[in-house]
Amino acid sequence: MNIGPPREARFSRRALLLGGGMGLVGTTLAGRMAWLALFEGDRYAAAAERNRIRDRLVPPRRGWIVDRTGKPLAVNRPDYRLELIPKDVEDLDAALARIAQVLPIGLEDELRIRADLAIQPSWMPVEVARDLDWPAYAALNVQVADVPGLQPVRVFSRHYPDGEPFAHLLGYVGPPSPEQYEKEKDPLLIFPGFRIGKDGIERHEDKVLRGRPGSTREEVTARGQVIRELGQTPDQPGATLRLTIDRDLQSYAARRLGDNSASVIVIDCVTGDLLTMVSMPAFDPNVFSTRVPTSLWKALQVDDHTPLLNKSAMGVYPPGSTFKMVTMLAALEAGIPPDASVNCSGRYPMGGNVWHCHARRGHGRVTMATALPKSCDTWFYHFGRQIGIERIADMARRLGLGQEFDLPLPGQASGLVPDNDWKQRRYDKPWNVAETLNCSIGQGYLIANPLQLGVMTARIASGLIVQPRLLLPQAGDAAPVFPALGIDPEHLAMVRQGMFDVVNSGIGTARGARTGLPGVEVCGKTGTAQVRRISKAERRSGVLRNEALAWKFRDHALFVAYAPAAAPRYAVSVIIEHGIAGGRYAAPIARDVLSFLYDRDRAMKALEPVERALAAKRRAESQAQVAEARAAEEARLMPAWLRADAPPARPPVNTGDTPQPPRDVI
Amino acid sequence: MFNGPWARELARLPWGVIAVTALLAGFGMVILYSAGGGALQPWALKHGVRFGILGTMMLVLAQVRPSFWLRHAFLIYGVLVVALLGVEIKGQVGGGSQRWLDLGFIQLQPSELMKLGIVLAVARFYHYMPRGYETKPMALWPPLVLIAVPSALVMLQPDLGTATSIAVGGVAVMFLAGVRMWLFGGAALAMAAAAPFAWGLLHDYQKRRVMIFLDPSVDPRGAGYHITQSKIAIGSGGLSGKGFLEGTQSHLDYLPELQTDFIFATMAEEWGLLGGLAVMAGFTFILAWGTGVAMRAGTQFERLLAMGLVVTLFFYVAVNLMMVMGLAPVVGIPLPLVSWGGSAMMTVCILLGLIMGIHRERTLGEG
Repeated sequence: MNIGPPREARFSRRALLLGGGMGLVGTTLAGRMAWLALFEGDRYAAAAERNRIRDRLVPPRRGWIVDRTGKPLAVNRPDYRLELIPKDVEDLDAALARIAQVLPIGLEDELRIRADLAIQPSWMPVEVARDLDWPAYAALNVQVADVPGLQPVRVFSRHYPDGEPFAHLLGYVGPPSPEQYEKEKDPLLIFPGFRIGKDGIERHEDKVLRGRPGSTREEVTARGQVIRELGQTPDQPGATLRLTIDRDLQSYAARRLGDNSASVIVIDCVTGDLLTMVSMPAFDPNVFSTRVPTSLWKALQVDDHTPLLNKSAMGVYPPGSTFKMVTMLAALEAGIPPDASVNCSGRYPMGGNVWHCHARRGHGRVTMATALPKSCDTWFYHFGRQIGIERIADMARRLGLGQEFDLPLPGQASGLVPDNDWKQRRYDKPWNVAETLNCSIGQGYLIANPLQLGVMTARIASGLIVQPRLLLPQAGDAAPVFPALGIDPEHLAMVRQGMFDVVNSGIGTARGARTGLPGVEVCGKTGTAQVRRISKAERRSGVLRNEALAWKFRDHALFVAYAPAAAPRYAVSVIIEHGIAGGRYAAPIARDVLSFLYDRDRAMKALEPVERALAAKRRAESQAQVAEARAAEEARLMPAWLRADAPPARPPVNTGDTPQPPRDVI
Repeated sequence: MFNGPWARELARLPWGVIAVTALLAGFGMVILYSAGGGALQPWALKHGVRFGILGTMMLVLAQVRPSFWLRHAFLIYGVLVVALLGVEIKGQVGGGSQRWLDLGFIQLQPSELMKLGIVLAVARFYHYMPRGYETKPMALWPPLVLIAVPSALVMLQPDLGTATSIAVGGVAVMFLAGVRMWLFGGAALAMAAAAPFAWGLLHDYQKRRVMIFLDPSVDPRGAGYHITQSKIAIGSGGLSGKGFLEGTQSHLDYLPELQTDFIFATMAEEWGLLGGLAVMAGFTFILAWGTGVAMRAGTQFERLLAMGLVVTLFFYVAVNLMMVMGLAPVVGIPLPLVSWGGSAMMTVCILLGLIMGIHRERTLGEG
C-alpha cells in the first residue's frame, strides 16, 4: 500500500502551495489597488468631485417687453414660492404635514397637489404655494429645508401691467411641458418656478427673452444637504424686447372697443411699425401665467366673442366693401378708362340670377369717382366681371392679402385670395363668373385677417410694398426702404380720392370718420360683410334689419382708413364682428383711434359716452342676473300647484354690444 | 519578580505579531476617528477599548496548550452547531432573519465562532487519521458532513459570506491533511456544474448582488451604488490620499457602511495607495508568521489548526478587499481588526490567540 510521503513533508508542500496562492491573491489585490489609485485615479478623482460638487442652476431673469417709448408691457416681479419635486419626496403625507405646520394648506390645495403629482412625470416640480410673504418664506427655509423634495424658491414671476389689451399680442408664460423637457433636455426647464412663453410674442421670442442661466457651486452630501458654497457664475438675463407697439394707443383702442368682439390694427405707412394690434375681448395674461381656474377656462372657451382667439392675426373675415379699392385698381390697370360709368338700378341680373346692390332703389349713374364713396356694388359687379378674377386676385396679392408677414407671432391666418387655379385644386371645377361678381365686392371665397387689411390700406396710402413689423430695430439701424408697388400713381391717386370722398364728401358712407382736427383728414372705406345668405323670399318681403337679428347673424362691420390725406402716415383697420354696419359702427372707432395719435384729450372725451353706456349695460346685466336668480329661488320655494303659472321674470335687456355714440358727436 | 512565571511567559510571546496586530487596530481607530467626523465618538474610542479587552483575551488564550483544544474540539464544534440551530429556531419563531443569540450578558454570533470551530473539528478528525487513509471514501464523508452542517445552517440565515468562509476553512484543512489533489479538481468541476442549480437557491437580493457585481451600472443608485462609490473612494485617493479628515466620499455620506464593510475604502481615500499597502503589509506579516508557526508545529493537529486558521484569516481579509475594490460581490464581510464591530474582532483575536498557543508549544520544548 502506497502511503505517500511523511505527513510533515506533505503538509509543508501543501502549506507552501496554499501560501503561494495567498501570495498571488495578495499581489493581485495590491496591483488592483495600484491600478485604481494610479492609473484610473484621475477618473475617480473627477467622479468624487462630481459627487461632492453640485452646480445649482440660477435661472435667468426673463427679458422685459416694452413698447416703442420704453413703457413696460411685460415685467418680472419677485415671487417666493414653495415647490415640491416628486422624485425626491420620500413620504408625501409627512411632507404635507410638515408644510402645514408653517403654511395653511387647504384641502383644495392638497387635492390640487395630489392631482398634479398623479399626472406629471416625477421630475417635474409641483407648485405648493406661491406669492408667499417674506416671513413665511424665511420660516419655510428653516423648517422644511431638510425634508427631501421640498424646495422653497425665489423666482421672478411675469407681470403684465396693462393686462387684457396685450394678452393676444404678448401671450403669456407657463411651466414648460414634460414633452418639451424630453425634447430639449435643458435642466433649466425643470427648475422649480421656471416659466417659458406659451403664446404670442412670449412664445415666438422665447429664446431671446429666456437668457442664460448662471450657477452656484456647492458642496453637498449624498442626501443633498449643502455644506458650503464654493463659487458662482452669474446668470445672464434675457434681452429686453422693444416693440413697435404704442402702449397708450393700444390700451385706448381696447377701451374704445368696449364689449365688442373686434380687432384694431394701426400701422405706420412709412416704417411699417405696428402701433396697435389689439383683439378684444381677451383674457388676463396675469391669471394665465399662474394657473387658470377651470371655471374661467370653460367660460372663455364657450364665449361666442372668442376671447381666446387673436382676431388680429388669426381671425379671418370676408373683407366686404373694403376690398373695392383692389377691384378698382385692378380695373384701372386692366385699361378701364377713368370715365367709365355704370347705371345702377339696385339689381344686376346675370344668367338666371340677380345680384343686388346694397341700395335697394339703385344709385343711378355711378362713375369711377362716385363708386367708392357710394360703395355701389353694381359698378364693381360690372367691371369686376369685365376684367375677370385673375386680375383682381393678382392685385389683391400685391396689396398683401392671402399671405403671412414676417412677424414674431406664433401663428397668422393667411386668409384666401381665390382664383381659377385654386378653384380647380380645391373643388376640381372651373371658375364661375358668378363667383367673380361676389369677389369683386369682397364676398364669396375671399377672406382676410385684420392685419392684412391694415397692410393693404398702408400700401394703397403709400404706394409702397409696406412690410409690417413688431420689433423696433436697434438705434442706428437704417429706416426700412420699401420698393414701390408698381401701380400707376394716377390710378392710386384716383382710388385715394375715392377714399377721401368716402369720409369727406356729402355722399360718402363714412362721414362719421371725420376727425374734425385740422390737417388730419381721414381717407377710408367702409365694409359691411354679410355672414348669412339672404333668401329670395326675404328680398321680396324686405330684408330684415340687422338689429332685429340674433348677434351671430348680423353683418360684420369693417373700416379701413389712413390719415392724414395729404401725407399718409397712419393706416387703420377696424373689424367688429357682427357689428352691423362699417360706416356706422366701425368708422367712429377708427376716427377716435386716429384722433388719439394727434389729440389725446379729444380722443379721451369721445371715450366718455362709450364707457358710460358700457357701465349702464353692465349694470343692467348684473341686475338681470340678480333678478333671475331671485325669480328662480322664488319659483323653487313656491308650492308646486302655483309654480306652473309663474314664468321667471326677466326684464328685457339689450343683448347687443356696446351702443355706439351718435354719428356726429364731433 | 522578574524571574517569575509571568515574566517568563511574557518574554515568550511573539511580540512582533502582537505589535503589528496592535498597529492595525490602532490604524483602525484613526480611520474610525475620521469616519466619525473627526471625533472619538461614536466609533474610535470604543474600538480602542474593545481591542484592549479582546487583545488581552488573545494573550490569555495564548497560554492555553493546543492539547486542550484537541481534547475539546468536537465538544466546541457541537456546542456551536447547537447554538446555530438555536439561532435558526429563534429566527423561525420570531420571524425574519436572525444571526444573534442573546445569552443575556453577550450577544453571541455563533456563525462567526464557527469559522474557528470548523477548523478545530476537521483538524481534530485528521489528527487521529492514520497516514494514507485520508482519501478513502469512508474517511472522506465525515469531514464533509462536519463542513456541510454548519455551512448549510449559516446559509439559511442567510449569510452567504460567512457560510463560504466556514466551508473554505474546512476544505483548506482537508487539503492540508493530504486528501488527494484530483478530488479537489473534481470538486471544483462538480461545483461549476452545480452552479446553475445553486443559483436557483439564492435569495433574490443575493442574486441581485451578484448581477450588480458583474455589472454595477445596472443599478448605479441602488446596490451597485456601494461598489461604484467604493471604487471612487479608493481611486480618488491616488498615491498618498487626500489627507487625514479630508475624505469627501466618506464625510459627505457617499460611501455606504463606511465604518464596517467599506472601511478600507474610507482609509484609502484619505491615505491613498500607501495606506492601503501598509494595511496589506500588516496582514501579510501576520499571515506569514502564522504559516511559519504551522510549518514548525510539532503535531499534525497543531499544523492543521495553525494553517487552517491562517487560511480563514486570509479569506476574511481577501474577500473584504476584493469586495471594496469591485472584484467580488458585496457579501458583508468586515476587514478584521480595522473595521468597527465586536464580533469579527473577537473571532480574529481568538484566532490569533490559538496560533500563539501553538507558537508557545514550540518554545516550551525549547525552554
